[in-house]
Amino acid sequence: METPLWVPLLQATVVFTYYLLLTALLIWAERRVVARMQSRLGPNRVGPFGILQTLVDGVKMFFKEDTTPGMVNRSIFTVAPLIGVIAGFLSIAVIPIGGEVTLFGETFTLVVADLSIGVLWVLAMGSIHVYSVFLGGWASNSPYPLLGGIRSSAQMVSYEIAQGLAVASVIIYAGSLRVSDIVAGQAGSGFADGVPGWYAIPLFPAFMVFVIGMVAEAGRPPFDLAEAEGELVGGFNTEYSGLRFGMFMLAEFMSVVTMSAIVVTLFLGGPSGPTFGAPEAFAGLIGTGWFLLKMVVFIFFFILLRGALPRYRYDRLMDLGWKVLIPVALVWTLVTAAFVILEQEQPGLGTDLRLTLASIAAVIVGWLLFSGREPRDAGDGLDRHEPAPGPVAAPTTDTADDGTTPASDDTADDRQEVAP
Amino acid sequence: MTSFYAQYGTFAVLVVVGCALYAVIMLASRIMRPTVPSPQKLTTYECGVEAVGSGWSQTNIRYYIFAFLFVIFDVEAIFLFPWAVIVSDLDATTAISPTFAIVAMFLFVLTLLEGLAYAWKKGVLKWD
Repeated sequence: METPLWVPLLQATVVFTYYLLLTALLIWAERRVVARMQSRLGPNRVGPFGILQTLVDGVKMFFKEDTTPGMVNRSIFTVAPLIGVIAGFLSIAVIPIGGEVTLFGETFTLVVADLSIGVLWVLAMGSIHVYSVFLGGWASNSPYPLLGGIRSSAQMVSYEIAQGLAVASVIIYAGSLRVSDIVAGQAGSGFADGVPGWYAIPLFPAFMVFVIGMVAEAGRPPFDLAEAEGELVGGFNTEYSGLRFGMFMLAEFMSVVTMSAIVVTLFLGGPSGPTFGAPEAFAGLIGTGWFLLKMVVFIFFFILLRGALPRYRYDRLMDLGWKVLIPVALVWTLVTAAFVILEQEQPGLGTDLRLTLASIAAVIVGWLLFSGREPRDAGDGLDRHEPAPGPVAAPTTDTADDGTTPASDDTADDRQEVAP
Repeated sequence: MTSFYAQYGTFAVLVVVGCALYAVIMLASRIMRPTVPSPQKLTTYECGVEAVGSGWSQTNIRYYIFAFLFVIFDVEAIFLFPWAVIVSDLDATTAISPTFAIVAMFLFVLTLLEGLAYAWKKGVLKWD
């Protein structure tokens, strides 16, 4: 049966409107929440609770003078923001925002295109986004943007590897690169009844690596080295002004929304959730509600991070990426594969072994956290947020099973810091 | 299930429409926004001092080394993803046994980790 033309048009319109609205709301919510965390009021004049502030800011950007400095490489300078925005839009196009919807006799999923290589597509678009940052910085022909551009591209490529490796274990579980297959693989219950089948539970270390990696990928605090105002003015976009600057900001905030959508889809089951026995036709809409709810949790997490944590130092950032996240993610990929194979050979044993190892890891992590051991360099405020350096070496040398302990150790340590 | 061309055609259309939309927005903005040129606006952003020389100054060599490491690990990911897709489908009936697949990838990843450990030991990952 041929699908009528209005279906893809509707899909594209709904999906992009959805993400753009969320981006606008994110910017407003961020300003409000961070203001509240700093005992300020935040924007509260335009519309109820100031909710239209982003719209007004957008209009302001639109009417601002847009100067192009004399020394820049004009063509690249003009193209760079375009690359960022387009890459952002293309990467969200493969993420479904809800279950199946039936409208006028046509049943379809709310996704622009369900590519057979969807996950790779998302990662690839993340890589292309680096071009916008780097080219924007380089084409400016100015010291601050150059430094900012190089810094953030080095940061983004480093964390991209960690993220990609974390995604690899999801792919091992799902056995497919298609996003809808990954969502379908997480439907139903997990290893016990009532526990959701989300990949975040069996793949917890990979999940943590991905969450840390996504904050760095989006260039958000505490990893916003790209626009460290105190040292780099504005980073790669220093020489930009007017609407082109606005496009960079849009791309940055949109990447927060995109990353939330991706992590929810890959690790938290996407639109899956209890439907409360609703009829088929509404089940898809309820899925959209679940998806939105999960995304909002992550968007809120991004905002809280910004309000709560100071900026990381650059060498520590790269250390975290290369010496902790990449080894952990690599070893965890192998551990996952080993468990999947073990589960096939002897059903039941894999799950039992996993639960045992996970409990042991939890006990060790708990002991490390609550044994009252002084954190190293307690005087340095930055150090508290870094995972202990001890277990770092372990994954590089040890066998697969031992990888679980340092993996969950590092990541849980980080999470502990975020929680309060 | 839509066909290959339908899927990627969607993206081609998206790119074209996106670029066109961007161009339209930029053009509209150009028509409506004020333009007050002045020689000062053409200069490099600096801390009140006249900029000397080119903006493309030398940067730390570390970035270059990290770019190299990135390429190595990114190529590794290319090998890892196809393996990750099929590894859970393997069993005793397939041409390649699961044990073989696991061991082969173990050796591959361990070699990479050894490379990373070597780089680490050599101080390549250090910033100072």
